[in-house]
Amino acid sequence: MASLVGSRVERKEDKRFLTGKGRYTADINLANQTYAIFVRSPHARASIKKINIDKALKSSGVVSILTGKEIADDKIGGLIAGWAIRSEDGTEMKCPGNPPLAKDNVNFVGDPIAVVIAESLAEAKEAAEKVEVDYKVLKAVTSTADAMNGDTIHEGIDKNLCFDWLLGDRQKVKEAFDKADKVISIDIINNRLIPNAMEPRACVADYNAASEEITLYTTSQNPHLSRLIMSAFGNVAPEHKLRVVAPDVGGGFGSKINVYNEDIVCSWAAKKINRAIKWVAERSESFLTDIHGRDHVTHAELAVTKDGKFLGFKNETIANLGAYARVFGTVTPTYLFGPCATGVYEIPAAYTNVKAVYTNTAPVDAYRGAGRPEATYTIERLVEKASMELGIDKTELRIKNFPTAFPFKQTLVHTVDSGDYVAGMEKAKQMADYKGFEARRKESEAKGKLRGIGVTSYFEACGIAPSAAVMSLGCGVGLWESAEVRFNPTGQVTVYTGSHSHGQSHQTTFAQIAADELGVPIENIDIVHGDTDKGTFGMGTYGSRSLAVGGIAIVNACKKIVEKGKRVTAKMLEANPEDVEFKDGEFIVSKSNKKKTIGEVAFACYLPGVRDEMKSPLPEGDEPGLKETSFYDPSNFSFPAGTHIAEVEIDPETGHVKLEKYTACDDFGRIINPMVVEGQVHGGLAQGIGQALYENAEYDETGQLMTGSYMDYTMPRADNFPEFNIGYTCTHATTNPLGVKGCGEAGAIAAPPTVMNAVIDALGGQEVTMPATAEKVWKACKNLKKSNAKAA
Amino acid sequence: MGKISLEVNGRKVEKEASDNTLLSTFLREHLQLTGTHIGCDTSQCGACVVHVDGNSLKSCTALAADVNGSKVTTIEGLETNGKMHPMQEAFKKLHGLQCGFCTPGMVMSAVDLLQKNKKPSDTEIRDWLEGNICRCTGYQNIVAAVKEAATKM
Repeated sequence: MASLVGSRVERKEDKRFLTGKGRYTADINLANQTYAIFVRSPHARASIKKINIDKALKSSGVVSILTGKEIADDKIGGLIAGWAIRSEDGTEMKCPGNPPLAKDNVNFVGDPIAVVIAESLAEAKEAAEKVEVDYKVLKAVTSTADAMNGDTIHEGIDKNLCFDWLLGDRQKVKEAFDKADKVISIDIINNRLIPNAMEPRACVADYNAASEEITLYTTSQNPHLSRLIMSAFGNVAPEHKLRVVAPDVGGGFGSKINVYNEDIVCSWAAKKINRAIKWVAERSESFLTDIHGRDHVTHAELAVTKDGKFLGFKNETIANLGAYARVFGTVTPTYLFGPCATGVYEIPAAYTNVKAVYTNTAPVDAYRGAGRPEATYTIERLVEKASMELGIDKTELRIKNFPTAFPFKQTLVHTVDSGDYVAGMEKAKQMADYKGFEARRKESEAKGKLRGIGVTSYFEACGIAPSAAVMSLGCGVGLWESAEVRFNPTGQVTVYTGSHSHGQSHQTTFAQIAADELGVPIENIDIVHGDTDKGTFGMGTYGSRSLAVGGIAIVNACKKIVEKGKRVTAKMLEANPEDVEFKDGEFIVSKSNKKKTIGEVAFACYLPGVRDEMKSPLPEGDEPGLKETSFYDPSNFSFPAGTHIAEVEIDPETGHVKLEKYTACDDFGRIINPMVVEGQVHGGLAQGIGQALYENAEYDETGQLMTGSYMDYTMPRADNFPEFNIGYTCTHATTNPLGVKGCGEAGAIAAPPTVMNAVIDALGGQEVTMPATAEKVWKACKNLKKSNAKAA
Repeated sequence: MGKISLEVNGRKVEKEASDNTLLSTFLREHLQLTGTHIGCDTSQCGACVVHVDGNSLKSCTALAADVNGSKVTTIEGLETNGKMHPMQEAFKKLHGLQCGFCTPGMVMSAVDLLQKNKKPSDTEIRDWLEGNICRCTGYQNIVAAVKEAATKM
């Protein structure tokens, strides 16, 4: 039987999406449901003096209006940070309370204050406009760089500082810098982004008064984790009385990891009014209240010898957390950022210091790449600058500092099990025709255009992550994953995974894995996820972990099935279990060549007896049935890596940047489905290029979001991209049995510095902040003209 | 309130709806045709594209009353006798979709492109799809799928 792993298997999920049969949360309507509209703060920072709901209550169709007072009276808990980070001085991070409905203070535009529940959406909207809130407006803090000098947002949190964290050794770094021939320094702004999954967040909550069960349909990347948080911290219901279903989910990119205010409020309120409640975000609400990403201000320095060896690295970063610390809010700018900031290089001494600050803006949390794009942007902009200042070819300088052997003990935290960074670089150069660039630059110049080339070599720590490691670093939960493999008596298989697919293609790739492991045709395998009532507890999908952690749990559960199958076959065929081999769906006794198919074994496990004989196929100690579970805790992170090369052409008359060529050569370890991996790379690149050239979330000084719709926030469109040139080097991971590493985040991690290095190369080394809009680039072109004129 | 009469996916429908009901709302809420998606509130994203009298239209930009009497085709009506349209087949074959949310609008828009331009170039495809936002695919496989479908239609 041909192996399916490695094949371009068409997706099992596609037909329903292509024919309108997908079932997203907003498509769900329950009998007798009501509709919720949230009353939100129009101010970035204010105290609530009074809420008057009298007029609104009299509005047509209103069922109930609930505020922060009722939710506090019912002792419903608030939203939480999932990781506890300690400051350099040993003190614990400082987190404000974050009630699901604000009672006393509001801290960003969009912070919810009350929920209006009515018989129809139109009536809920009309009544919500009649809720009168009397605010005392306070001065907002919105700037990342100046947040520590602003008014105190949360009582008791001085300088708006959540923590002042250090990773690395300042003294060693100082010594390294003292020995340096040259210090390259850079100031970077990593622009704030809005994830913008195309499906707006939504939830439908239902309550069954007889069984006292709440069911919440919600747009989540991790329904089990959401249930745990809502139960343990939200006090919404005990876990066995709370079912969370994340049906088809239209993209996440990190923005649907968090339990949100609306999930808690609708679940709680459904029980209170004893009716189903539906809430669907309008896009403007998504802009205001979905978590945002990035938003760092960084000063970094690289100490080098004159021949280009890296000696030391320092990174001083201010990270904006927004108004509150959320699930991955505090780990994104620390353990997901700091360890990767030294990049793919051997740097003997390094430190990263992060001051995480609160501001009156939407909470910032994990967005595709989460910390690793910021880290990669820092080091790769710095290395590119070093290449310009040292006059060493940008690819040679990188190669000179790559590790020469694996496992590679990276400077700060990780031990990278496998990789071949030189091979990746060489292949990328070939794919991009790096050698031919100068000729292309001349061609562009002849047309009056500026052409630049940019390179990035990156690695990322993903496949998160070993529980003991992450819990030692402050994570509130373990990051293992579960799988349950269940045979039906007639031989088809259902695989339950604790991870969740919202575009990643689990239904197909996980079935490929199970098909290979079990020798069962892929059409006889179903993958089930997204419902806490189906399958075992799992941690969900983020950090490129579904395959590298969840996929391995499936492999391990399949292996347990095969082990049992061998025992049963041995009993059935009167052989020793050690003599039974399993291949392509058949158990074969090596000595006699007698065999049983896995389907026959499954049937025997469920129907363990024979007419007229007292005979069981089950060995002593084995129970009937064929179902196995695995909880897999990885032994290490996984470390995808690669080199990307971009070429841009700039029209100095307009400042327009045209991305001419984009080459990505990645090492994701073994590839399960090349078609799916290509799609993941393309999507990641689009988001990364979006950050570099188009996207930017901007607040004014009063805390109003200036980019709150698709009219203002530039979402990349089809005509913004060239055809991407994708290739791979595949060094298998040594830390998991599939040899896989993860591919979901690479594009978003590598593309911003790759594109910006090309833009800045075209501009003769002039720094431009992301996004490199026509206006900024046009100004830089004018400066370039001036300095060229002076030089002449 | 008024009576809306349409022919949707070949079936005559007649429903009462308030005068301010958008076509997108009418399809989703009154006819339970939830394949048409709502991704924004400014008519930018294109997830709600359907065909009205043969031409693609963002169904959130029209009142149901405006198109009264029209023939409407939604993503649910694109199959013939249970067989997917060549555009749907091409999206599947070339991985032109991931989360599936923008897909119905993207497919309906692409079908209309090929009605108007049988052999579009890459640039023409990318230009045409400028009104449909996809966050997952980076568009490359969508463009490839449209080209593939053009050879089959």
